[in-house]
Amino acid sequence: MKYLQTIGLVLFVLALGIFTLMLGLDQYRLSSDTLAIDNDYHREAFLEAARAADALDKTYGSSFAFSGQFKSLLQDAQASLNERAEAGIPEGLGEWDYKLGDWKFTEYTLATIRQSAEGPVTSQPLLFLLLTIGLGSIGGLLYILPVFLKIPGIKNDRIFHSSLQRGLDLNWRTFFLGATILGILIYGFFYINNFFWPSVTAAIMGLIIWLVFSYENSRERTPARSAGPGYGLNTAWLGVIAGTYLILFYVLLYWAPEHITPWMRMSDPLSRALNGGEASQWFVYGLLYTVIVLVMGVKMIAKYRHNRYQIIRTISVMFFQTAIAFLLPEILVRLNQPYFDFKNIWPLNYTFFFDWNINNLINSGALGIFMFVWGVLLIIVAVPVFTYFYGKRWYCSWVCGCGGLAETMGDPYRHLSDKSLRAWKFERWIIHGVLVFAVVMTIAVLYTYFTGSQQILFMSSDTVRGWYGFMIGSAFAGVVGTGFYPLMGNRMWCRFGCPLAAYLGLVQRFKSRFRITTNGGQCISCGNCSTYCEMGIDVRHYAQRGQDVVRASCVGCGVCAAVCPRGVLRLENSDLDVDTRTEALRTIRISGGEVRIEM
Amino acid sequence: MHIAILGNGISGITAARFIRKMSDHQITVISAETDYFFSRTALMYIYMGHMRFTDTQPYEPWFWEKNRIALRRGWVERVDFSGKQLQFTEGEPLAYDKLIIATGSAPNKFGWPGQDLAGVRGLYSYQDLEYMEAHSDGLKRAVIVGGGLIGIEMAEMFHSRHIPVTFLVREQSYWDAVLPKEESEMVSRHIREHGFDLRLSTELSEIVDDGNGRACAVITNEGERIECGYVGLTAGVHPNIQFLKDGELEIGRGILVDEHLQTNLPDVYAIGDCVQLREPKPGRRPIEAVWYTGRMMGETVAHTLCGQPQAYDPGIWFNSAKFLDIEYQVYGDIPAALPDDTESLYWEHPDGRKSIRINYRKADGAVSGFNLMGVRYRHEVCDKWIAEATPIETVIQQLGLANFDPEFYREHEAAVVAAYNQQSGRNLQLKQKRSLSAALRFLRSKTAL
Repeated sequence: MKYLQTIGLVLFVLALGIFTLMLGLDQYRLSSDTLAIDNDYHREAFLEAARAADALDKTYGSSFAFSGQFKSLLQDAQASLNERAEAGIPEGLGEWDYKLGDWKFTEYTLATIRQSAEGPVTSQPLLFLLLTIGLGSIGGLLYILPVFLKIPGIKNDRIFHSSLQRGLDLNWRTFFLGATILGILIYGFFYINNFFWPSVTAAIMGLIIWLVFSYENSRERTPARSAGPGYGLNTAWLGVIAGTYLILFYVLLYWAPEHITPWMRMSDPLSRALNGGEASQWFVYGLLYTVIVLVMGVKMIAKYRHNRYQIIRTISVMFFQTAIAFLLPEILVRLNQPYFDFKNIWPLNYTFFFDWNINNLINSGALGIFMFVWGVLLIIVAVPVFTYFYGKRWYCSWVCGCGGLAETMGDPYRHLSDKSLRAWKFERWIIHGVLVFAVVMTIAVLYTYFTGSQQILFMSSDTVRGWYGFMIGSAFAGVVGTGFYPLMGNRMWCRFGCPLAAYLGLVQRFKSRFRITTNGGQCISCGNCSTYCEMGIDVRHYAQRGQDVVRASCVGCGVCAAVCPRGVLRLENSDLDVDTRTEALRTIRISGGEVRIEM
Repeated sequence: MHIAILGNGISGITAARFIRKMSDHQITVISAETDYFFSRTALMYIYMGHMRFTDTQPYEPWFWEKNRIALRRGWVERVDFSGKQLQFTEGEPLAYDKLIIATGSAPNKFGWPGQDLAGVRGLYSYQDLEYMEAHSDGLKRAVIVGGGLIGIEMAEMFHSRHIPVTFLVREQSYWDAVLPKEESEMVSRHIREHGFDLRLSTELSEIVDDGNGRACAVITNEGERIECGYVGLTAGVHPNIQFLKDGELEIGRGILVDEHLQTNLPDVYAIGDCVQLREPKPGRRPIEAVWYTGRMMGETVAHTLCGQPQAYDPGIWFNSAKFLDIEYQVYGDIPAALPDDTESLYWEHPDGRKSIRINYRKADGAVSGFNLMGVRYRHEVCDKWIAEATPIETVIQQLGLANFDPEFYREHEAAVVAAYNQQSGRNLQLKQKRSLSAALRFLRSKTAL
């Protein structure tokens, strides 16, 4: 059993190594044949520049060398086109049909580098798919399957002794988070090419810090419960490496996909089989995401195989990720239908009301219109109704893709969430702030859609939505949301950032039958429930006073109830007594007279 | 008024919190053990790596100052009852108006040869945990003496670090002085299934010195020598009142208190594990060293001190524990040996890790206790059934009301009804499945007593 796990671990590390190193295996040869620029003016200008620089028919050793050269040639081409445009644009052409816009750079670079690759990955894509995702899955399963042979029960032994899982102390957390945010804001300035939005974002962050520390008196509430395990870098190095790896992965995925074309190349055979086309970076991401949810879902089931709630819930997230989020949209594309994820709800799905999406759906016949209506019904009917009956868990820990990843790949890090009162205060300002941002952005986009006018008050709806996509859609949800799993817990995005979670949470908090009930006086205040709450809810605070838990953030994963050693917690739905049983002071037992307390 | 509370465990802290809720009295909590209150029952999880020490502290460090509960770290060596003063080994004495003693328990030692060697220790305090941690590196085997709740916890702790454990239990089956035969055997089986070397009907005779003042082996009453690097003494606890002996305070096995938890001295109260009740309630022991009674006493004494005198009434007995992977809950009276006037309904799952036992009076069928292994039942529902002396046949037909297992768990109540039918020759049906709404309706209903 032990050997099997060791072999599994070795195979997995090997696969991860190949997966990483394969990015540097291929070479890139720039020639007029591989140049993927479909606009003739752009293409000619580029070739001119390339000839002048003697850059054609040369081989570049890495994607960095290639894209550096390629982008500088694009700049040359851009300059010369701009110069010629001064003299006049050919009859009947739009400005940007002739001139070369910055936004075309990534598209041209990515398409060309895909064409220009030569080497082992390009010639043997299937082999690399097997050596990475295939081998990694086999290794992971070999590591996981022996767990099924153990005696069923909660197995959290040595989590806080593990370099990968023990997390960092508050200072190091703050450092990583601060450095990441700073990096994103600086990059954001170049990304959106103005000072305004990064400055506004920084100002809002400052405002929230002020609100929490001064307005809500958090400064006086010191020292707060230690946010992260009190360990420095030296003992938690595996977690730091894992977190850094994930952060870099997301940076490349969102903002520099030209460097991960070997992953696209190896996914091409699968992509062709599913949707008939080549793999984009999003196909790669969807594939990895699904495989991870499946493999780590098996781990979750193994760990909780004594717990039918966890098993059924895990199978549910595995199903929704595989069938509804990954396979169905690809098959729809193959059938010439719009790409559509039937379980993704606005405002998490923030592009739903974007003009291109609306147009795409309503121009795609009956199915497209059905998709649009379906999406709207999810927002206005499914969310309130299901949340009333079952709490937000019906979505967050049973259906959602982000939740699915958090509950599978993220499960080993759930204890790293911050349980201090201060963190709760941050959470409320930030997540509701994102909800407001999402609503404002969507209103602006719809205003433009209906009136055709870009400018609303002082802002352009295009920039607002660009900044939302950059800051919330990519940086928050991806880089921080998932990259920080090993550093700050597995629900960073769901707890602090997801606008849909905020919406579901408001329904759950104010109008839902769902609560976590506590079992009379049985609580021993041990703290397992709070420790393993991925949303940072101090469950024990409620349990030890016999108070039912109704909290906006609870995603209903059920792990607090699972880890409780005394059978104190249960996730339940009932419209009876929700208000009285959540009162703050349900004392335990005093006899006689006035203070006779009902158990 | 200045109220000093000696001990920052669950009893002392509950008293402090309720005094603060009900009054503006000055409060000082004294502890030599730790700066802040932590959950003693969670010590094992720190060692096993499930939690950090800070995670076992139910309140954030700022809580105490905000609620004006002063904390003093120090060792009280003497109480000057007439001068109303606490004297510390270090630092200024502390004057008080009222004193609450909540000093908890200490592990039993029965005069075994070698019991004070290095590497021999009980598990009660945070220092005990640190001691255990300090001796765990390179440990080849640990021997645990005493088959109670702490013994099995300690065995599980070493097991989590892959340190082999030999578990010496004096009784014929694990904890059989408390658990009925079937449950006791179930836990014994479970201990062995985890690979512990469980030695039943075996006692410790001697702990062997390695020549340097450290334990290196134990010798059992059967003369067997077991090499080991650590000996855990977990043969029960006794009130931790050594420093109060031979004074004015009246002491039996614990500090003697009346129903208001007051000692023989004015303005001196005692609560929690260190207490011996002069007149325990019928069926209850004078010393009950459990978390829950400590908490109730803390709440009771706070009411008394804040002008709402309360008699201590722990209500219907309940307790819980976890034996490795098997959770245990008990409500009401479940004696290890069944009295003549009581009948017992017992159902056990084929997997041998779950069971439900309901005791009831032969005469009128009134239920008197529930014992659950690997199944969770609702405290409030069981409490109400017992308090109202509900007949067994009513209870088992409504048994789903009590089920507290997570959603989608298989419900075993129908099997319990079937077991009852087989035992009694009746033909009852289960009428109520697991349901929060039904349970709440039942709890709200006023049944005539």
